[in-house]
Amino acid sequence: MKAYLNRRYLFSASHRLHNDRFSEGENRELYGKCNNPFGHGHNYTVEVTVSGQVDSRTGMVCNLVDLDECVRLAILDRYDHQNLNCLPEFKDKVPTTENLCVHVFDILQREFRAAHLQDVRMERVKLEETMMNSFEYAGGEDPRR
Amino acid sequence: MSKYVYLTRKVEFAASHIYHNPTFTPEENRRIFGKCNNPNGHGHNYTLEVTVKGEVDGQTGFVLDLKDLKDILNREVMDVFDHRHLNKEVPEFATEIPTTENIAISIWNRVAPKLNDGTHMHRVRVYETPDLFVDYYGEP
Repeated sequence: MKAYLNRRYLFSASHRLHNDRFSEGENRELYGKCNNPFGHGHNYTVEVTVSGQVDSRTGMVCNLVDLDECVRLAILDRYDHQNLNCLPEFKDKVPTTENLCVHVFDILQREFRAAHLQDVRMERVKLEETMMNSFEYAGGEDPRR
Repeated sequence: MSKYVYLTRKVEFAASHIYHNPTFTPEENRRIFGKCNNPNGHGHNYTLEVTVKGEVDGQTGFVLDLKDLKDILNREVMDVFDHRHLNKEVPEFATEIPTTENIAISIWNRVAPKLNDGTHMHRVRVYETPDLFVDYYGEP
């Protein structure tokens, strides 16, 4: 039987929304206070959804220790207490939570193969920037409700 | 065109359990299940969300009578799971491991057949903690 496992993680990071191709005035108008020159930070919550058959011997979709370790190494160690603008993936891309959400999905989908998680399917990443804002990416598909 | 509306009812129950597969060696049980294999078990406050879908009845304005769903959840879930040791007191967990995945499947199997015609189970979501929860949609 197929079940969906959801797990939530936290990291904190800073960013500044700014696009060099826009004028100073355009950046200010588009990004508002998110364009303040020295950046600002958030406590991000990452909600990861994976799916797969429930293993009849373990009762599990996947081993939570493997999933936690994979997310810690690939996501939390990479982003926690970092300035997102200084990371290579945001050299030419604005570190909005939309872009970050897609990155997190793509990284985890790639890393699963190397982390004993090849049998589970990466379904969705939901990234909460604050309690009021959240973004979801399901590899280009509609997330399952 | 059908106008499905989704209705979700939330309940909470507290239960204890242990993850242990007698066909594994003690070392395998420890490696695979970690502290969930501690010999005397442990417990959680579970939150259950049951989502049903159906068309809104023209006479009542209901997808289903919430009182009926409340009664079903009390009888099929709360009476069976709340303040129980899942391995020892819930029949299916005498043989299956009472993981959050299997609890979600068990609740689906208990509740879905009790719904009236025209109302369908959409999703069972079981939170073991606020940071770990499982969804089951009745898929094989």
